[in-house]
Amino acid sequence: MVDVPLDTFGGLPPPEVPDVDLYHPKSWVTKYVFSQDAKVIAIQYSATAMSIGLLALVLSWLMRLQLGFPSIFSFIDATAYYQFVTMHGMMMVVYVLTALFLGGFGNYLIPLMVGARDMVFPYANMLSYWLYLLAVVILLASFFVPGGPTGAGWTLYPPQAILSGTPGRDWGIMLMLISLIIFIIGFTMGGLNYVVTVLQARARGMTLMRMPLTVWGIFTASFMALLAFPALLVGAVMMLFDRLLGTSFFMPSLVEMGEHLSYGGGSPILFQHLFWFFGHPEVYIVALPAFGIVSDLISVHARKNIFGYRMMVWAILAIGALSFVVWAHHMYVSGMNPYFGFFFATSTLIIAVPTAIKIYNWVLTLWRGNIRLTLPMLFALAFIVTFINGGLTGLFLGNVVVDVPLSDTMFVVAHFHMVMGVAPVLAIFGAIYHWYPKVTGRMLDETLGRIHFWITFLGAYLIFFPMHYLGLMGVPRRYHEMGEMAFVPQSAQTLNAFITVMALIVGTAQMVFFFNVVWSYFKGKPAGHNPWEAASLEWQTPETPPPHGNWGRELPVVYRWAYDYSVPGAASDFVPQNQPVASRPASDEDR
Amino acid sequence: MLNRTRVQSGEPPKALVGWQGVAADLSSDQRAFKNVSWGKAMMWIFLLSDTFIFSCFLIAYMTVRMSTTVPWPNPSEVFALTIGGVHLPLILIAIMTFVLISSSGTMAMAVNFGYRRERVKTAALLMLTAILGAAFVGMQAFEWTKLIHEGVRPWSNPWGAHQFGSAFFMITGFHGTHVTFGVIFLLITARKVWRGEFDREARGFFTTRKGNYESVEIMGLYWHFVDLVWVFIFAFFYLW
Repeated sequence: MVDVPLDTFGGLPPPEVPDVDLYHPKSWVTKYVFSQDAKVIAIQYSATAMSIGLLALVLSWLMRLQLGFPSIFSFIDATAYYQFVTMHGMMMVVYVLTALFLGGFGNYLIPLMVGARDMVFPYANMLSYWLYLLAVVILLASFFVPGGPTGAGWTLYPPQAILSGTPGRDWGIMLMLISLIIFIIGFTMGGLNYVVTVLQARARGMTLMRMPLTVWGIFTASFMALLAFPALLVGAVMMLFDRLLGTSFFMPSLVEMGEHLSYGGGSPILFQHLFWFFGHPEVYIVALPAFGIVSDLISVHARKNIFGYRMMVWAILAIGALSFVVWAHHMYVSGMNPYFGFFFATSTLIIAVPTAIKIYNWVLTLWRGNIRLTLPMLFALAFIVTFINGGLTGLFLGNVVVDVPLSDTMFVVAHFHMVMGVAPVLAIFGAIYHWYPKVTGRMLDETLGRIHFWITFLGAYLIFFPMHYLGLMGVPRRYHEMGEMAFVPQSAQTLNAFITVMALIVGTAQMVFFFNVVWSYFKGKPAGHNPWEAASLEWQTPETPPPHGNWGRELPVVYRWAYDYSVPGAASDFVPQNQPVASRPASDEDR
Repeated sequence: MLNRTRVQSGEPPKALVGWQGVAADLSSDQRAFKNVSWGKAMMWIFLLSDTFIFSCFLIAYMTVRMSTTVPWPNPSEVFALTIGGVHLPLILIAIMTFVLISSSGTMAMAVNFGYRRERVKTAALLMLTAILGAAFVGMQAFEWTKLIHEGVRPWSNPWGAHQFGSAFFMITGFHGTHVTFGVIFLLITARKVWRGEFDREARGFFTTRKGNYESVEIMGLYWHFVDLVWVFIFAFFYLW
């Protein structure tokens, strides 16, 4: 990590990576539909993911309506409720957050931020999106098959996931598993692109330790996903065989309706291990890009370099590595050797150390910064607060003795919605408000944005804070209705109704955002090349929005890291990454 | 690959030793892995991901083998053949393993001749590799047929734990699929070499990228990986 200035050895080194010959589309279809341009693919990914997100949002409304006002909505019976729970969870985690952060932001930002013309394998990148879309279509198809989608819970635990008592046992579960398998194949094509582009296709001068933290976050998350999704693939294949062929990988000897099934000898715990070996890294696959994005938003909008850049990078890598050895903390109640419980509790709590480093560094970046409370900044600040809140309850749940009583209560629901629901979504909104001007050339409307922010931020707390309290009282999760429970007072129902009303309000407020995105595309204020006066490379493109090939004739050359804000003695309060070290003013040649 | 780093740029930076050197190399300009092309880097990382898939399959198989309460069939008896009145345990698997490992040898020779740009030899060796791979898949099909005739199904078998058939068909099937895809791509690569597409840098049909003899090496990486995985399957499934 020696940061050697490029000019030390007499002029620029020759490019190690020859300029690529890009595929140049000729028709409208190859330009905008079957496009090989990472930026178009990014928008396709984002649009698809956000549409699924809206659907998953509606599903959460339906669940909340049932919980808040039980037995008013006759169409939400127990079967439907479990289907909503399952589809909401799986959609949000895999098809929305993973696809949006890696497929959406990854595709758009990686080539621009590292100074590449495109991803290294544009054709595979295109296939990645179309396989993702196919996976989404298969998933949605399960709403229209006999028996409806699966209601096994988003964790799809066998044996119940494929037994006849579970909704969607006939078709839904199979479509879900097939959809996941296709998603993973598609993601692998994209993920290889993201990783190789970062490792092998950077601009001259863009050493790894000069990359913006956004790229670090997305890169690490992509790499983790390439290693974590295999476990889910294997689990999905094996469960599909259990369901279709009658194998007994996960199925023990079972009696159903007084009848001894032909299954026997399998291990249900095995699926839990496979699922969570994917499932826990998945949390950080969603969180690390958010960390990276928030680091950049804070630095840009506080006009200060990110505090402890190297520590931030190492913290991202440490979190990524540690997240592969903590998975069984999701399985404390499944029963395990106490020594394993000890190991997994310890490794879980150790993750708090690099995470705390990141939080402190964000706060120290803000400290005495020239803070501009722009929309991206508001969302970034909200992210930090929310992530701390969600992270602290994670410390509760990481301890075996505390987790056992809290397991399967609303406390868990509140915890993971704070930490990997609300927090990443806030980062996504911040990122959209931040990079929308680069994507479209226009600013998003400020007033609408502020309305959206305050309702979303405060509303999310009004939804999920009371849920912690419900959980501490022992209100169980995944119950279609509470019924008579001696330990749950009547007032809990009032709280549930309140949460439901807030969920409806927050969900509706998202329409303001979508309206803003569409309206600003046509009527928004023109943004210019660099409305936030940011130093990182994606704001230095010769044209906004960047055209095919990103950089015009000459590839950029990078002379500094991405965080030269408020440098003493500099002419302006930011120095773009591609401005030479020599103190002459930037000319067009530098572009 | 030519080494064309920092030749024209005056004094090279002082080499750092030990871990510092490793870190400095990895975090150096433009490329983390010097002289590694995009395609090769992609294949290595893909193989790492694929390693996780096969590891999960094998670990899952070991778990079910240990968790089932019914005795596990004896593989050396199950996979025995009687040839000319002689009872030979594991003989087919031994031949299959020999064929597959040999194909790794021919593949390595193909890569070598590819870099010497000896078009005919490269194509012939690629074809030979593909034939050996196809022979492997053929023998696997024979083995599957034999076991199915003897009553082995994914959900049951005559000798013991149901999971024997499940794990056998799943793991060898997944590996066989890898070999089959390998054979298909070997044939495609052999055809391209034979037609001289790498010599005149013809553009790919789908990707429109220029062809290059390096494709042979990338193909080779995949093929050696598939062989290596087989060694583990052989050890854990047939010899255990």
